[in-house]
Amino acid sequence: MTAVRKQMHLAAHFPGVNNTTVWADPRSKSQIDFSSFEHLARTAERGLFDFFFLAEGLRLREHNGRIHDLDVVGRPESLTVLSALAAVTERLGLAATVNATFNEPYELARRLASLDHLSGGRAAWNVVTSSDGFTGENFRRGGFLDRADRYTRAAEFVSVARALWDSWSPAGAARPFAHDGRHFAIEGEFTVPRSPQGHPVVIQAGDSDEGREFAASAADVIFTRHGTLEAGRAFYADVKGRLARYGRSPDGLKVMPGVTFVIGDSDAEAQERAAEIRRLQVSPQNAILALELIWGRDLSSYDPEGPLPDIDPDPDSALVQGRVKIADPFATAAKWRALSQAKGLSIRQTVIETTGRQSFIGSAQSVAAQMEEFVAEGAADGFILVPHLTPGGLDDFVEEVVPLLQERGAFRTEYSGATLRSHLGLAEPVWKG
Amino acid sequence: MSAIRPLHLAVALDGPARYDADHYVGLARLAERGALDFVTLGDSFARPGLDALAVLSRIAPATERIGLVPTVTTTHTEPFHVSTAVATLDWVSRGRAGWTVDVSTTETEARLFGRRPAAPATDLWREAGDVADVARRLWDSWEDGAEIRDTATGRFIDRDKLHHVDFEGSAFSVRGPSIVPRPPQGHPVTVVDGTGTASREEAARHADVVLVRAGAPDKAAVIREDVRRRASAHGRDPEAIRVLVSLAVDLGEVEASPEPGLESRPELAAGGSYFSGGPVELADLITQWHQDGAVDGFHLVPLAPGRDLERIVNGTVALLQHRSLFRTFYPGGTLREHLGLARPANQYALAGGTS
Repeated sequence: MTAVRKQMHLAAHFPGVNNTTVWADPRSKSQIDFSSFEHLARTAERGLFDFFFLAEGLRLREHNGRIHDLDVVGRPESLTVLSALAAVTERLGLAATVNATFNEPYELARRLASLDHLSGGRAAWNVVTSSDGFTGENFRRGGFLDRADRYTRAAEFVSVARALWDSWSPAGAARPFAHDGRHFAIEGEFTVPRSPQGHPVVIQAGDSDEGREFAASAADVIFTRHGTLEAGRAFYADVKGRLARYGRSPDGLKVMPGVTFVIGDSDAEAQERAAEIRRLQVSPQNAILALELIWGRDLSSYDPEGPLPDIDPDPDSALVQGRVKIADPFATAAKWRALSQAKGLSIRQTVIETTGRQSFIGSAQSVAAQMEEFVAEGAADGFILVPHLTPGGLDDFVEEVVPLLQERGAFRTEYSGATLRSHLGLAEPVWKG
Repeated sequence: MSAIRPLHLAVALDGPARYDADHYVGLARLAERGALDFVTLGDSFARPGLDALAVLSRIAPATERIGLVPTVTTTHTEPFHVSTAVATLDWVSRGRAGWTVDVSTTETEARLFGRRPAAPATDLWREAGDVADVARRLWDSWEDGAEIRDTATGRFIDRDKLHHVDFEGSAFSVRGPSIVPRPPQGHPVTVVDGTGTASREEAARHADVVLVRAGAPDKAAVIREDVRRRASAHGRDPEAIRVLVSLAVDLGEVEASPEPGLESRPELAAGGSYFSGGPVELADLITQWHQDGAVDGFHLVPLAPGRDLERIVNGTVALLQHRSLFRTFYPGGTLREHLGLARPANQYALAGGTS
């Protein structure tokens, strides 16, 4: 190991709408009340985390033509929650996922700049896109963009937002802006002065080639999902390698996988708890639903404890709507079948094995060691932790793991600056007046 | 009708654009000390200043009781986003949210978006009415108690209590349901300036609070009666609408002005009334208008809130409280409770419909 340890970055994901949440646990509280957001955010700040992260929901999921009722589905609107959280936190970064397909640059740039002012420089925007006509049914724009167009729109969206944020000089003088591009033709004067961070931090989620390229060109943080150290290292090397062609240094883009964790008194106890959590997350009904997401067919007659179906997926299915689509259902189905046959796994066991994300499981000591190894081995610059309990799911981590990371010199012992850019070690963007 | 109605008081936080939260927190806390019904913050895409809804969300955890009413324009925004943001303000403030519906008529604003040309106010107000309508449907698209957490069946929600809104307006359509569960107030309070003819019909159809800019009590009373009549025609109970006079006030020249009082300053108050004088005279004016039965209360728009709000709270409001015309504490927790408005029934639960 080197003498000076590389310090990791940590973020907290509010679980909200996803199948990581174990809402049946008696300690699980509201997903909506502000008190839940406040609890998790205060815990993250007590742990000196870089930022608090909210995902987005624009359409309730539907399954077989009916609203999906097995998961947590309601959530408040992110930027409004984060504005309120700015009142009850002082240093914690506040990251909102906001779709570039169903928003307009002027309005969103203004809302983000407002959050940056109101939080004293702690705002971040996780840029996502949609090619989903189902979601589009809630919007004026309607319809959707095809896969290629949604990234060109997102790239233009981010560059327009940056131009708007730069349209005031650091000295406080407003200048008119004009942009005439493929997706947007706008002009006028931005109403918000340059915000404390210059530009709110831009986060990009997505593993596709277009997504990686977009992140390399425009993002400060990339939010990823990789199951193993090896996959993480390959991804890390790939995205860091893309930065040079945009004139950026490897330090300018932080790689932060979303990870779950289970802490126990011993490694064995943690493993046991983790297995129980997975069984709760992947109930028999949820196992069939997860399978239907790939197969695109009604599989309700299948036994979740039995073998996988031998029929082919329906690639044009609209059975499951509002979830991220599986890019190649045939390949995925083949992979799942192979795994199931090789290990003799039932439907439910197969889903448990294949749908977990990177997870750190063990005693506090071994979780700290695993996390540090990931960073030291060049698989991540830090992590976005996804607790499975709301809102107390981060308490143990902050109380038990953070002090160990600090002892190892792997995590900060105090905030050195006030802004999110400063926590992340990112330079303030140069003003392009 | 003859009994004096409870007096409602609101105050605008507008002034020269400020970009620090503490400024607005200080003003809102001051207004809350006076037990005012709500504070407003104006907004427009073409005016210097922060997003008003974000500012009032930032204020929410720093205050306890006061209503929070940002202006939210409906012309260049997505109705779905608007409805979720206002609902979320209600969640983070635990039932203290409202919104002042407004339109964007200028070419300047249209060019900031580049999505549609400027349009006449009458068309845009009709669309704003559609936005108010669909917002209410989306707020109702989750019935109360839709979250069931039934561990036996693994169902987090009862899907029979969720509803597609399937709204088809002339300018947009929304499928629904909302992603945000029904907010604490059921419907956050909808505020519309009903002074002009373009907005009055929509105010009568959709508003819980109608603002009126009028220079004399009889003019305000005429507009109030017109709003109530139109509301009745739409099947609404006029008793469930509060009409407040928007009054621009300047309490800064009290020493310099030998004859304080009401005067016409259209360039300042946009055709409404403008008051210049001291806190006591303002209390007298409010007392008189209110006792005339012209209106349900006042929306005070201080020329300089940083200076005038303290005089309003410690002078005017204190005097009105002393005269037993205005409450001295908040008996309830939500903005609807301050205004004496019931929590609305859910239109889908009433219809007994399915999604």
